[in-house]
Amino acid sequence: MDFSSAFVLALRALGRNKMRSSLTMLGLIIGVGAVIAVIGIGDGAATKAQEQLAAMGSNMLFVGSGSVNRYGLHVGSFQTKSLVLADARAIVRECPSVSAAAPGTGIGQQVVYGNENWATQITGTEPQYFEVRNWPFASGTSFSEDDVTQAATVAVLGDTVRKDLFGSRNPVGETIRVGTLPFKVVGVLTPKGTSAGSNQDQDDVIIAPLTTVQKKLLGQEWLRWIMVSAVSRQSSYVAQQQIESLLRDRHKIRAGDPDDFVVRNLADMADAAAEQGTVMTVLLTIVASIALLVGGIGIMNIMLVSVTERTREIGIRMAVGATEEDVRLQFLIEALVLGLIGGTIGILFGVTSSLAVSQGLGWPIRIPAYAIAVSTLFAITIALFFGFYPARRASRLNPIEALRYE
Amino acid sequence: MATVNSVTTTNPVETDGRGVPLVEVHDLRKTYQLGETEVHALRGVSVSIHAGDFVAIMGASGSGKSTFMNILGCLDKPTSGRYLLEGVDVSRLTKKELARIRNQKIGFVFQGFNLLGRTTALENTELPMLYSKTNKNDRDRRAREALAQVGLADRADHFPSQLSGGQQQRVAIARALVNQPRILLADEPTGNLDSRTSVEVMEIFQRLNLTGLTIILVTHEPDIAQFAKREIVFRDGQIRRDDVVKVPHMASEVLKTMPTIRD
Ligand SMILES: Nc1ncnc2c1ncn2[C@@H]1O[C@H](COP(=O)(O)OP(=O)(O)O)[C@@H](O)[C@H]1O
Ligand SMILES: [Mg+2]
Repeated sequence: MDFSSAFVLALRALGRNKMRSSLTMLGLIIGVGAVIAVIGIGDGAATKAQEQLAAMGSNMLFVGSGSVNRYGLHVGSFQTKSLVLADARAIVRECPSVSAAAPGTGIGQQVVYGNENWATQITGTEPQYFEVRNWPFASGTSFSEDDVTQAATVAVLGDTVRKDLFGSRNPVGETIRVGTLPFKVVGVLTPKGTSAGSNQDQDDVIIAPLTTVQKKLLGQEWLRWIMVSAVSRQSSYVAQQQIESLLRDRHKIRAGDPDDFVVRNLADMADAAAEQGTVMTVLLTIVASIALLVGGIGIMNIMLVSVTERTREIGIRMAVGATEEDVRLQFLIEALVLGLIGGTIGILFGVTSSLAVSQGLGWPIRIPAYAIAVSTLFAITIALFFGFYPARRASRLNPIEALRYE
Repeated sequence: MATVNSVTTTNPVETDGRGVPLVEVHDLRKTYQLGETEVHALRGVSVSIHAGDFVAIMGASGSGKSTFMNILGCLDKPTSGRYLLEGVDVSRLTKKELARIRNQKIGFVFQGFNLLGRTTALENTELPMLYSKTNKNDRDRRAREALAQVGLADRADHFPSQLSGGQQQRVAIARALVNQPRILLADEPTGNLDSRTSVEVMEIFQRLNLTGLTIILVTHEPDIAQFAKREIVFRDGQIRRDDVVKVPHMASEVLKTMPTIRD
């Protein structure tokens, strides 16, 4: 029997039992959908993590004041008072692998412009911060070194704050109130999105001179953090070691005692992000495998029922000249058609659900062509694998007994 | 050419000068194993049937008629004995070759019609051609021709459930004919039919036999056997009688004397 006749035959046989055929395909649909989702979401997550890390600033290291409780992955909870401006200067001066460092501190504050009211984070730092973090301006400029020296009340707005306070108006030159102090807006930053580690909105921020925040808002002399640029990506681990030994030295920490600061570098964060992606991928892969297996068993089960129901038909076909191969082909193609239709619906289902996930998590969606190919291949392989036994069973029937079957 | 004495002496049709018999069986035996007991369905059957013959096989139920037909039809293999089809020893052939013989040389008609349900008369008739590499156009044309031969040209698109028993059996005959076989094997083809319809089927068989088709027919009705040219009687797995039907009845004549039941 030729392929096209066998296909028509298979479509008709499956069409006679639409409900049963669709239920049979369900496992396969879920399995293939999960495969697509695994690849699509995994790929999207990897892309997103990379974008986020790149956005955080190339070759960046983060030095935070230490936490008393030093468990867990948090980048310091700013408990110690030992991290100071002189440390930042010393890091640039004495660590060969460091190219720049921006000291900083911060405080949560209520910000007011006209009738608009917004609770946000005020970051105090120096102008090189914007280079270290690789953060361009949308309009206006940074505050100057002089502004830092004079503790001027000037501010740069993150994109979220700009949107909430000013809407479509240009904030540069306007005056906002932070707590009780008036600040003049000198610049607006481009949006940066959420951060890789904590998923916080990095644009929900106002950046002002370090001294202004220290003296006029916080009343604290010490730093909460220092953002550091290594000279190259490769040197970030060396830079980390140099900073750690320098700070231990400067803070007079004895050998064996714990650090009173935390140093994290971009590579660590990249690892953390990658790990999240891996966990997700593993989970989805398990779901996909189970669903494909269940789908395959479903196909086998229904095909076996179908072979039994159609024993007489098989006998008739053999009596008029069907060979074992003809009968086997007929049932294999039925399994194949189940696989193809189930696979196609599964792909649509997978694309839709990955789109939903990407929308929900704010990840970019990327379903590469190979994902479609891989899952189609899976569906066909599963269908043929589990269709083979029933097909063989059909082909081995004794024609006389098959003809007598009621 | 080997001949079997007992058969040739009682069978004047089987004279020399007719070449190799179409069907020739020697000491055919078939034993079924049913647990401990052995069932001897055939106990040494020898017979020759030449092209153009029309044989009716009679005999009590269980005498081995169907077993014999299934072996002739290459659906089953004998336990021992030889079966030569057109001089070829069938017992040596592979399953695939047997399927090819069923497809090309043999047409089978069953008591229970054995049509595919939810499949039109035309498609049922096309079925053997699905397994003989015939293209769609030829399939359609030849299936329609075969249906016309059995008087069902206008029923091509009917499903079996929309046809009477006689019509269904005629579709089955069309299917058996469609690949132009050498032999038509019919195992109690009229067993499920009323008497007029039975004679109608025999009329078709006689017409086909006139064109040269060899027919072997199993029946337990003596009236039906009278339409054949030769009558073989089975008993206990052996041939007990093998006679020429002196003056075969003409189904077309008999039909004229019968009351019309349908239209
Ligand atoms: N598959 C089988 N297994 C066991 N015994 C069988 C089988 N087929 C037929 N027989 C036995 O063989 C004998 C001949 O059967 P069969 O050829 O069908 O007779 P008939 O067609 O003349 O009625 C019977 O006794 C029957 O019970
Ligand atoms: Mg019988």
